[in-house]
Amino acid sequence: MELFTPDFGLVFWMFVAFILLFLVLAKWGWPVIIKMMDQRASTIDQGVEDARQAKEQLDNARSEAQKYVAEAQARQAEMLREAAKMKTEIIEQAKTEAAEAARKEMDAAKASIEQARKEAELQFRNEVGKFSIDIAEKMVRSQMKSSDAQTELVNKLLDEIQKN
Amino acid sequence: MSKRFTIPAILLTLILLFPFSLSAADHAEKEGELDVKEIIFEHLGDGYGWEVPFSHVYRIPLPVILRAEDGKWFCFSSGDLTEVQVVENEATGKISKHLVPVIKTIEKDGKKYDFMLRHEGKHKDKVVQLLPLDKAEAEAAAADIKANPDETEYADVNDVYYKEYKPLDISITKNVMALFIAAILVTAMVMGLVRYYARRGLRAPRKGMGFFEMLVGFVYYDTIKSTLGENTKRFAPYLLTCFFFILIMNLVGLIVIFPGGANLTGNIAVTLVLATMTFVVTNIFGTKHYWKEIFWPDVPLFLKCPLPIMQVIEIFGIFTKPAALCVRLFANMMGGHIIVITLTLLIFIFAAFGSAVAGGATVVSVLFSVFMLLLDVLVSFIQAYVFTLLSALFISMAVIKEHEHEEKKDAGNAELENKINRELNDEKGALEKLAASTDAHA
Repeated sequence: MELFTPDFGLVFWMFVAFILLFLVLAKWGWPVIIKMMDQRASTIDQGVEDARQAKEQLDNARSEAQKYVAEAQARQAEMLREAAKMKTEIIEQAKTEAAEAARKEMDAAKASIEQARKEAELQFRNEVGKFSIDIAEKMVRSQMKSSDAQTELVNKLLDEIQKN
Repeated sequence: MSKRFTIPAILLTLILLFPFSLSAADHAEKEGELDVKEIIFEHLGDGYGWEVPFSHVYRIPLPVILRAEDGKWFCFSSGDLTEVQVVENEATGKISKHLVPVIKTIEKDGKKYDFMLRHEGKHKDKVVQLLPLDKAEAEAAAADIKANPDETEYADVNDVYYKEYKPLDISITKNVMALFIAAILVTAMVMGLVRYYARRGLRAPRKGMGFFEMLVGFVYYDTIKSTLGENTKRFAPYLLTCFFFILIMNLVGLIVIFPGGANLTGNIAVTLVLATMTFVVTNIFGTKHYWKEIFWPDVPLFLKCPLPIMQVIEIFGIFTKPAALCVRLFANMMGGHIIVITLTLLIFIFAAFGSAVAGGATVVSVLFSVFMLLLDVLVSFIQAYVFTLLSALFISMAVIKEHEHEEKKDAGNAELENKINRELNDEKGALEKLAASTDAHA
């Protein structure tokens, strides 16, 4: 039967057609397609990897940002606390300083008052001395108007000197 | 019935009615003579022309290329080998057309060469060169034709006797033409994809191209690469060409009318060439280890030394592997074709029992034929795949290297050893830890 006995013409052409097809496709067909498919597969893999990394980085960045925010908040709270502390300190210091200044003022005032008092005292003494000399002068004058009195006094004084 | 189903339903009805009208026409013409075997083999076989769809007598002419007895080459159209004869049936007055063979005479260098497409005898359905006979020889020829009409090498053309000479025939027959069409289709598909890549770069193709690329990927990654490993790059072009050429030949064979209809992979010549290719590739690239496995296999000595039992089996195996490839593809595809043709012929067989039976047979036959054709589409794919997979397997067995073989074994052992060592170390570490912790507690 024709079907079971290979016909030479068909074998010949099949061989030619197959070899030609193989040469053409092996040169310009399959390598290009396979290269492209490999390349696309690796590109997609790379893309997936990149996306994964990007997501990781994003997550990292987010947690980092949160960390920074938390840190900033902590620092803010710290700063507020410090400021409050500083405020009280400053107020306290101001108070003590004011008290000190007041005390100093008071001391200065006291000193000047003392000075003034001393001066006034001195002046008063001088005045009193002058007055008493004047009075004494006036008294002496009035008492020494008689020569007896004057002689008596001289005697008396001489006595006193003699005694000594 | 929704609108979606209306058009397919109408089409199906028309299809179901169509063979019935054909059967009626044919039945009247052939008067009930139905040579089923003849029809099946005519459909499965080759031909010098290609049937014009829905016509019995007209053929698309194809070139006939022959080498005559004296070594001269001839090329002419197959249309010159037959003639359409119009016959009027005197009883019914009906005109019918028949295709009858005629002698094609070519004059070359002052010599006449007669060629004819034989319809009987030893060289049935082949173009032969007719050599004239003298009177005594003619009588012997007449006797021979009468004695064994199927085996005779003599021809009787209108009572003139000739001796037939079968020339070397490399005509572009229907099968050869279909072969070229299949090869061009494969090239067009592949080059289309390559051009797509050139234009669009790495963008994935869509629709048809995408499907084709998916197939390439399936064959390349899942079949070839997983079988051949590091040798993939060397053999992938051959195996991919095999797969797509076979697939397209299978599918084109299933199309009933031009440019299909040629039973390509159901022809042993085609599958023989394909299997021979695999045979050649396997044995050319066979390594030292492959040949050692054949001539000095790794079996007990008594199986190979005094009597080369294993060697005989192995050498036999070299040839049975591609032979199995060849016959598997051929038988599967031819079987599918025979079943479809037989189912279709049922209509004409049952036509003898009246129109009611024929009508019923038509419906059943068409439904079964469609089912079988769909199954054949699946078989086309499976057979192309099986051929490629087995070729890949045979090649992978031929290109294996000995040290590779042993390395694999060694690698396996080393891995096992490593694993055991690791586990032992782990256990040791755990024990030490336990001891340390108990010490600490104490």
